[in-house]
Amino acid sequence: MSGARRRLLAWLQRRPAARAWALLGPGMVWLVLFFLLPLVIMAAYSLMPRGTYGGVQPGFTLEHYRRFFDPLYLAILRRTVVWSVGCTVVCLLVGYPVAYLVARAGRWRAVLLFLVVLPFWTSFLVRTFAMIFLLRDGGLVNTVLLRLGLIDAPLTLLYTPFAVLLGLVYGFLPFMILPIYASLEKLDPTLLEAAETLGATPAAGFRRITFPLSLPGVVAGCFLVFIPSMGSFLTADLLGGAKQLMIGNLIQNQFAAARNWPFGSAASFVVTALVLVAVITYLRVREPAADGAR
Amino acid sequence: MGLVAVAVLVYAFLHLPILVLVAFSFNASKFSAEWRGFTLEWYHRLLERADVIHGLEISLVVATASTAISAALGTLLALALARHRFLGRRMVEGFLYVPIVTPEIVVGISLLLLFALLRLPLGVATIVIAHVAFSLSFVVIVVRARLEGMDTSLEEAALILGADEITTFRRVTLPQLWPGVVAGALLAFILSFDDFVITSFVAGSGTSTLPIVVYGMARRNVEPSINAISTIILVVTTAVLYVAERSLVRGERSSPISRRSA
Repeated sequence: MSGARRRLLAWLQRRPAARAWALLGPGMVWLVLFFLLPLVIMAAYSLMPRGTYGGVQPGFTLEHYRRFFDPLYLAILRRTVVWSVGCTVVCLLVGYPVAYLVARAGRWRAVLLFLVVLPFWTSFLVRTFAMIFLLRDGGLVNTVLLRLGLIDAPLTLLYTPFAVLLGLVYGFLPFMILPIYASLEKLDPTLLEAAETLGATPAAGFRRITFPLSLPGVVAGCFLVFIPSMGSFLTADLLGGAKQLMIGNLIQNQFAAARNWPFGSAASFVVTALVLVAVITYLRVREPAADGAR
Repeated sequence: MGLVAVAVLVYAFLHLPILVLVAFSFNASKFSAEWRGFTLEWYHRLLERADVIHGLEISLVVATASTAISAALGTLLALALARHRFLGRRMVEGFLYVPIVTPEIVVGISLLLLFALLRLPLGVATIVIAHVAFSLSFVVIVVRARLEGMDTSLEEAALILGADEITTFRRVTLPQLWPGVVAGALLAFILSFDDFVITSFVAGSGTSTLPIVVYGMARRNVEPSINAISTIILVVTTAVLYVAERSLVRGERSSPISRRSA
């Protein structure tokens, strides 16, 4: 063992905090430089006047945020929020029964859980394309319906709000099922047995024990679905066509065609702020709930 | 019973679209969604497309580089969080979750602004930088879960028997931790290989990854070649995911510690 190495170890031994920060250092530097700093730049850009050829000019302005109150953009913001809430509600309604079933599936549990996780790791782009393949005029849904004689002409399914909502639910449903499953799985079955012994019907047992105890999972799931739908871009882009813009598409457009970087930054900052508010609310809700469960 | 029906429908909804997509990558008809017989023609055509082959190469280079960096930095971060008490620990923990919940489009444009400000030309390097930034947190979560499940008594024994900390880490901690590192790295690989939104902002014109090429094709028209590429992407990610899962499961079983405490 070399003297230098021994001296280094001895020095680190005396300073536990220095040891921890030596391990943290490289990763934290990366995240600060390539995650945090870019967000700060984005916030700064959103407050600066637009440059002639993209970019910005020195100065300060609130013009880009004011522009958001233009009815055109407010409509896009409203549509994004409505669809994200809609997607969250649908995911909760269909996801809860599935999570409930998986949590009680016995030896099938691992397989069923894997089948929920699998789409999460499957390319979002590929899955969105699968939706196009099913929904387009000459797609499988229309072909089957025509063959069965249920319709005479292809239904317009693609490039409609329906297609976008379906695509969002399809994309984010696993985010709802997994946390609800996690909280249902932790549930102590003796609580339900006790309720039954004391004369509670299964429905009452669910309403008064199972559901309240799964609430942390429900809340987590709602946020995990709502947040990515607010920031989603691909779904509306590929399934919604030109008329069903969401904020993500508006932002992308400011960086691609419109070359209005500061306005794109402002829109992006609004989304980030909404997401942060949601996360902070969630953390506030979760902490006491977690204590209560213990 | 009604519950089972709902679950069957949900599982069908989650998986049928992909299965249909894969099945029709072997369909002989170019335009219609009707089955006209089995063919491998669309796969053969992919081999002739220079943009697809180039995209695949770029994707593999980017995924390999960003995975190596994420796995190394993520493991160090996980070690610090699992094994050390220090000022600001909770803040670091909270901060690590932020990249996971930040919408991809925000990450993408903010990095584009940074690269523009630094006048860094967009290319493989900028894509790798971006991919590490968003996959690092996932590696930390996976590796840390493994660390917290590990018994520290073997490490203590090594230290008592006179091994210094670096030797203990290399000979005792790392072999036990390895399945977690492998699993975290494989997940980082999938995230990188699949990413479209962030990459679309930080990729240069000559450095389109496979998802960017696919997006371009999907926007223009729907042709069976896209089904074929999608199938290839799905096979790659599913295989990688399977290996990751095996690595974690095998790690649990082969560890004498966890068997003893179970």
